[in-house]
Amino acid sequence: MLAARSIGASIDRVDGPLKVTGAARYTFEQPVENVAYLAVLQSTIAKGRITAIDAAAARAMPGVVEVLTHENAVRIASDDDEALRVLQTDAVAYCGQVVAAVVAETPEVAVEAAARIAVRYDEQPHDVVLRADHPSLYKPPKVNPNFETDTHQGDVDRALADAPVSIDHTYVTPHYHNNPLEMHATIATWSDDGVTLYDTNQGPHGIRDDVAKAFGLQPERVRIISPYVGGGFGSKAFTHPHVILTVMAAKLAGRPVKYQLSRRQMFALVGYRTPTIQRVQLGAQNDGTLTAIAHDVIEQTSTIEEFAEQTAVATRMMYAAPNRRTTHRLARLDLPSPTIFRAPGECPGMFALECAIDELANELGIDPVELRMRNEPAVDPETKHPFSSRGLVACLRDGAQRFGWDERDPRPRERLDGRWLIGTGVAASTYPTRRRPSQALIRVDRDGHYAALIGASDIGTGTWTALRQIAADALEVPFERVELQIGDSALPKAPSAGGSMGLASWGTAICDAADKLRARLRDDFGGVVPADGLEAYGEAGENHFAKQYSMHAFGAQFAEVRVDVDTGEVRVPRLLGVFAVGRVVNAKTGRSQLLGGMTMGLSMALHEESILDARFGDYTNRDFAEYHIAVNADVGRIDVEWIDEQDPYVNPMGAKGIGEVGIVGTAAAIANAVYHATGIRIRELPVRLDKLIG
Amino acid sequence: MNPFRYERATDPHSAITTLTASPHGAYLGGGTNLVDLMKLGVATPDLLVDVARLPYDRIVVRPDGGVNIGAAVKNSDLAAHRTIRTHYPVLSQALLSGASGQLRNLASTGGNLLQRTRCLYFQDVTKPCNKREPGSGCSAREGYHRNLAILGASEACIATHPSDMAVALAALDATVHVQGTGGERVIPLVDFHRLPGDAPQRDTVLQHGDLITSVEIPACPFGARSAYRKVRDRASYAFALVSVAAALDVMDGSVRDIRLALGGVAHKPWRATRAEAALRGAPATAESFGRAADEELAHAQPLAQNAFKVTLARNVIVRTLLDLAEVR
Amino acid sequence: MDVEITFSVNGAARRLSVDTRTTLLDALRERLGITGPKKGCDHGQCGACTILIDGRRANSCLALAVAHQGAELTTIEGLADGEHLHPLQAAFITHDAFQCGYCTPGQICSAAGMLREVEQGWPSHVTADLTAPAIVLDDDEIRERMSGNLCRCAAYANIVPAIAEVVRR
Repeated sequence: MLAARSIGASIDRVDGPLKVTGAARYTFEQPVENVAYLAVLQSTIAKGRITAIDAAAARAMPGVVEVLTHENAVRIASDDDEALRVLQTDAVAYCGQVVAAVVAETPEVAVEAAARIAVRYDEQPHDVVLRADHPSLYKPPKVNPNFETDTHQGDVDRALADAPVSIDHTYVTPHYHNNPLEMHATIATWSDDGVTLYDTNQGPHGIRDDVAKAFGLQPERVRIISPYVGGGFGSKAFTHPHVILTVMAAKLAGRPVKYQLSRRQMFALVGYRTPTIQRVQLGAQNDGTLTAIAHDVIEQTSTIEEFAEQTAVATRMMYAAPNRRTTHRLARLDLPSPTIFRAPGECPGMFALECAIDELANELGIDPVELRMRNEPAVDPETKHPFSSRGLVACLRDGAQRFGWDERDPRPRERLDGRWLIGTGVAASTYPTRRRPSQALIRVDRDGHYAALIGASDIGTGTWTALRQIAADALEVPFERVELQIGDSALPKAPSAGGSMGLASWGTAICDAADKLRARLRDDFGGVVPADGLEAYGEAGENHFAKQYSMHAFGAQFAEVRVDVDTGEVRVPRLLGVFAVGRVVNAKTGRSQLLGGMTMGLSMALHEESILDARFGDYTNRDFAEYHIAVNADVGRIDVEWIDEQDPYVNPMGAKGIGEVGIVGTAAAIANAVYHATGIRIRELPVRLDKLIG
Repeated sequence: MNPFRYERATDPHSAITTLTASPHGAYLGGGTNLVDLMKLGVATPDLLVDVARLPYDRIVVRPDGGVNIGAAVKNSDLAAHRTIRTHYPVLSQALLSGASGQLRNLASTGGNLLQRTRCLYFQDVTKPCNKREPGSGCSAREGYHRNLAILGASEACIATHPSDMAVALAALDATVHVQGTGGERVIPLVDFHRLPGDAPQRDTVLQHGDLITSVEIPACPFGARSAYRKVRDRASYAFALVSVAAALDVMDGSVRDIRLALGGVAHKPWRATRAEAALRGAPATAESFGRAADEELAHAQPLAQNAFKVTLARNVIVRTLLDLAEVR
Repeated sequence: MDVEITFSVNGAARRLSVDTRTTLLDALRERLGITGPKKGCDHGQCGACTILIDGRRANSCLALAVAHQGAELTTIEGLADGEHLHPLQAAFITHDAFQCGYCTPGQICSAAGMLREVEQGWPSHVTADLTAPAIVLDDDEIRERMSGNLCRCAAYANIVPAIAEVVRR
């Protein structure tokens, strides 16, 4: 493992001064000469065909440059990503689909003109409701990104029937929208060389390749620039139709075009987390030893793209039991395509599993922390590989001690403080540790200043600082002597920020480049940098240890809740997360990542829900007034700790990804605490006062 | 947004004349609701007459303790006013529980009264809504209505009025002073907002061109013993599911006088006159508070998703009155 | 419909011709190139567009430019004193009170406005005693007063101590 000097330190974000002074330019703010504005018109039906479009009034408006419909759109070259085929057909696949677009001199004219386009539809009956008994549930070939859809071991049904104690419950999570605060935006400029985009995304190379394919261009002729990104949480990892649309509009208009989605448009056009209906069955001996675990998931995808969230995969490695089953079934609905949203799979899946474990603990009369420790597997229960490192028990112990868990009276509805019922709950967290192939370039000049170049991205994750710390330690130089360049597809090819694989992938490539550079310097130049400098490429290939070890980050989360006896209002005065995540590269930004994840978990538990009106196939609460995300006043005391963990197998830095593990388990800890406070078990999120009152 | 002309009003008379002559015009106050609705395409005025700088920006305390609040006074200034905080805390608390600090700095008294429902179907021009388009249907009844009315609704509309300030004013017997082409008139706040009936498109009794000039709170000797309790899904920055504005005068364990109004439950602030009548002279106990609340809510017509509001309203009425009864 | 207006931005007089529909937010960002204030919702529901209008914090996305003729606007770009960061800006950095940074200009302008409101003795929804002569700005007060600024990265746990540190100074 890399010797740590910068790594582990608490270093202020290097992009901090730019961000706090408003100087950091996000996509829509990049200055572009002669740029025109794009606005869109969305379908009002969920399924059917466009039979007529009348754009005459729009075209006639002063200031309108171009109107795009499926009748005049550029033909998209690639056909393997149906979701990107914008304005290619008269078919409508979901409510909110883009059916027309306007390019105009000002944003006000563009929006007004789009509203003046008249569209007629031949509407067909739509199917938008996910149900456990949906007649068209099917088994997808894989679940995201490439896991087996089902797994079986032993005889689960028999073991459940034979178990002295068992529980069988169904947990439901609603639609969630990622809703980063910066709406998706793109500015496209064509030139003789190709097309250049300012775009807000989680990785420029993926966008580049999709745009290149869509327009039949060589990838080198497409450039994506995205230095600052206002959050993504998964919704900016993949290319969404607005990118293709903006590039298309710029081509047709013959000048640069900029487009930023409105907040309302975010609910149809950039993905969301599928709702889930999860049946969890657990069978155990009287001493709490699990004999059977079954986790059957029902969720949805669209009719134009298959995205199967890997909801039950965490159940495959969390607890030991000889009889096991996990399954995923999908319904194709006339809705937009779901996408990844922070900790896809683990986030909704662990809500169900960790509530179920809590319910089992109550059935057994065994402390829920103790119950988890009793079922700690020695090796990965399904692959049988040893864990590269697994600190769950240490996190549970440490967290319980810090939280004062020993003083807890396990009986529900026993603590009242004035008008507040008080309860505490616990849940485990986990997220896989993986990495993807990446390239990097490091240069050094004769003054001994280094530059690390890589198409990585910082979406709030702290890459600008943390990756520079890794480069400094890989080169064995002080932090100040290294410069980092990221956020541009002209830089070496790198995977997007996602799956908590960013730093792991990029850092490994940078370490390799550093090794190669130092070797060159030593072997070819006797340690003296030549006048015109030196450079070396590096790469991160497959991690061969991944075939031998099961690699995951773990954590334990504790919540204290108060529930108002009269109103059912829920407050969370205390949250604690203790994590085992290997080395934390930047102590300051790492802590923020975990805090942010946990707060998002609180928001998921208590507030968030995209409310679908089945009659229209449309979400009703398409704004921040009614799609509630946690506000400052919702967050009480929240503490993050991590234990010392050395894992030389995951990557040279020994660092596990931490962007997602924070949100996993928080909702269950809170729901379990609400049960402890009130005696009311809520299995369908969000936990809201109408479920607790009266 | 559709194009519109903008004029800054120089005096009330010409503002009223101008707007009365422009059937598709609207007054602009702080803009926090109107501009929002214009962006949604719900409001489509072709003329805005900006009245924010008319001389209605004072709060005048009368010798008897009553207060006159100019229509252009900002919500934040009203909430922070010492007399309001001391003598009518229900009003200050109601304002402070609404919106955000930034919005309260822009929002005016008049605009706050005139803000429109936050029913999601009203705000979505692609969905049927009898308030926006009479006769097109009510999407909420068979759709999403968790946050909508349990009292005073009609077949045509189950919208709620979103203002917190108005609920407190209703409890305080406020009156709304209005200037129109026909001269000045004074409207009790409890009569200012309408029930939907079969004309849900009309939120208030105002005629086009009427200009609110001020709101008057009559002196209330027990106004200092008042409170606003708002229950919502988030700890802040969210509309009420149910709210209660109450002022309570207790003497020797008995209710000498009471003002009680509910928010989040109807098309207008709901003055709980039945509960008040039941409580005057009654013992100031949880039992009588509960019975009075039950009487008021007996006429509630909850729907599938908002039935919880009946229990919630009852509990909050009882809790708020108990808290006021205990305060010395 | 275009109208000529003038207002001052960060101390400099600016004159421009705007569509009556143009908000202060879009006038600043799209017309004047002052991109510190951000668009997170455009409907007054997130606070990312918060600036100071005549010294008071306000959502610039709901303020029509034509209705603010003659106003003095302060954006995030106007808070620093040359090279010296405003204490709030410095505190946000040391406390890591942001991640993606998109809500940050709005948070800081809102906090600046909020501190002035506290100096003026304005109570909040959580102020127990409305009649108290001065406000004690504890953590609960900061949380409530800053709740008009959403942060999806959820840096709230660091925003509060950053502001509290400035208050202590």
